[in-house]
Amino acid sequence: MRRIPSWIWPIVVAAFIIALSRVVTNDYYMFAGYVVLQYIVLASAWNILGGYSGYVNFGSAAFFAIGAYGTVVLDKLWQPPLVVAIVFGGIVASLVGLVTAYLTLRLRGVFFAIATLALAIVLQTLVMNWDFVGGPLGYYSVRPDSIAGFPSYVNYLFVVMLGLALIAVLVARAIQLSFIGRGLAAIRDNELAAECCGVPTLLLKVFATMVSGGLMGMAGAPFPYYITYLDPNSAFSLAYGINSIAMPLIGGMTHWIGPVIGAVLLAVIQQVATVTISSELNLMIVGVLLISFITLAPNGIVGLLERYRQKRQRRPST
Amino acid sequence: MTTQAPLLDAMSIRKRFDGFVALDAVDIAIWPGERVGLIGPNGSGKSTLVNCLSGAISSDTGTIRFDGRAIERLPAHQRTRLGIVRTFQIPLPFTSMTVIGNLTIPLRFAARHHAVGGTTNDVEQALLILEDVGLRDKAHEPSAGLTQVELRKLELARAVAARPKLLIADETMAGLSNSEVDEIVSLLFKLNEQGIAVIMIEHIMRAVMAFSQRAIVLVAGKKIADDTTDVVMNNAEVVRAYLGE
Repeated sequence: MRRIPSWIWPIVVAAFIIALSRVVTNDYYMFAGYVVLQYIVLASAWNILGGYSGYVNFGSAAFFAIGAYGTVVLDKLWQPPLVVAIVFGGIVASLVGLVTAYLTLRLRGVFFAIATLALAIVLQTLVMNWDFVGGPLGYYSVRPDSIAGFPSYVNYLFVVMLGLALIAVLVARAIQLSFIGRGLAAIRDNELAAECCGVPTLLLKVFATMVSGGLMGMAGAPFPYYITYLDPNSAFSLAYGINSIAMPLIGGMTHWIGPVIGAVLLAVIQQVATVTISSELNLMIVGVLLISFITLAPNGIVGLLERYRQKRQRRPST
Repeated sequence: MTTQAPLLDAMSIRKRFDGFVALDAVDIAIWPGERVGLIGPNGSGKSTLVNCLSGAISSDTGTIRFDGRAIERLPAHQRTRLGIVRTFQIPLPFTSMTVIGNLTIPLRFAARHHAVGGTTNDVEQALLILEDVGLRDKAHEPSAGLTQVELRKLELARAVAARPKLLIADETMAGLSNSEVDEIVSLLFKLNEQGIAVIMIEHIMRAVMAFSQRAIVLVAGKKIADDTTDVVMNNAEVVRAYLGE
């Protein structure tokens, strides 16, 4: 029997979820599911740079907000279809990634992390002072009541985000398995040695930053329609920066499935906690989980599973 | 010396670090297939020279030609692809990968268009190289668990996987036992027989004497001798630099 290729599974799961979304009539689940899916995109995107190459990006919120505010700009000008806004957000965010990469990737370790954090702060300040998109007052985007072919507009947004999550996961998987992923892993292990083995380190890092940033921008593009009122504080929320690091870290950073596991786990916990306890508790939950994983399972859940599998493989042979 | 054009021809290489002159107008030429020892006291600029040649840092002034091309402005990975490959004093393995995984990086990124040993398959090529350096039975083990001498061999194997024309072996033997030194020296001989020119940077004189046809001596950033190994070892200035007056 031929082995089923593993890229099938994300598609199967996505198709199953779409089918499920037709049956579930309560829009709350669509609202909550959208957030989980959005984090799958952000975590997978973050991991392409942060997990594969080891360059920690604290500025995920900046790329996300670029996508969101890109949509606001388009919405004010001519209200294009959502797909156009998503492509636009992705392109602008990856161009910002390109510039950021050239300016900052010569910085190693903690200095790169600080530079990306600065990017988020600078961009937020710019948006705060940009009246066209509402400045500090924010922007109300009118969401259509319904859209042809979908039970509700929220359901439509949910399916769109599901599509983006699928794209992000498949892109992350393709990069991991390609020679680009091998090169990024070499950079993570030792950048100087990688360069001396013929790896074009700067080029690969710029590529990873652009793909990573572009996917984050795409994730942000539908956000104004989801939230209907967008202001700088929600677009540049600290939660995006922290969650997109915490989720791959908890799930496992060396495999594409890691960020997915981490995103589903953390985002579901946060959604449940928001409803049952309080929304203030979210970041504390993330913090506690982060500390426990860094100390107990530095390679995340994927690392734990691998260790378990190796143990089981060794037992029958001895 | 031969009438052939040199493989590597570096002229008046200068490098300053703030006020400190690490390299002061150093000329160095290497011919194809040569075995050259590069020696000098600590701090004489050997490693700086290696870094300038391999592209890890760029020299302030001077020209470097390799295989007829000016390369002084090329980044390190392009110099590797042209055939200048170096190893590191302190081994820098890709620790998340297996031994064979370490070799697939240069095979994929530096040696793509070379078919050696009648195969273009990365894994088969890597196994052939590991066979050569005596690491075949460790191929699928994590590189993080290797011993010191195995790590040095992995450094060499990874360099060979990039298909070098010139191998710069930066203190590959420091800290090894006598028999391990002999092992590495005979390994370098084997690589040289395959047509690879080798620059051996070493403090272990026994190894330099046994291996090099020619020796180049750096002292305080200046080249003070460049001749056959025997002549250099009897050079009064070299003896003074090493042993004091």
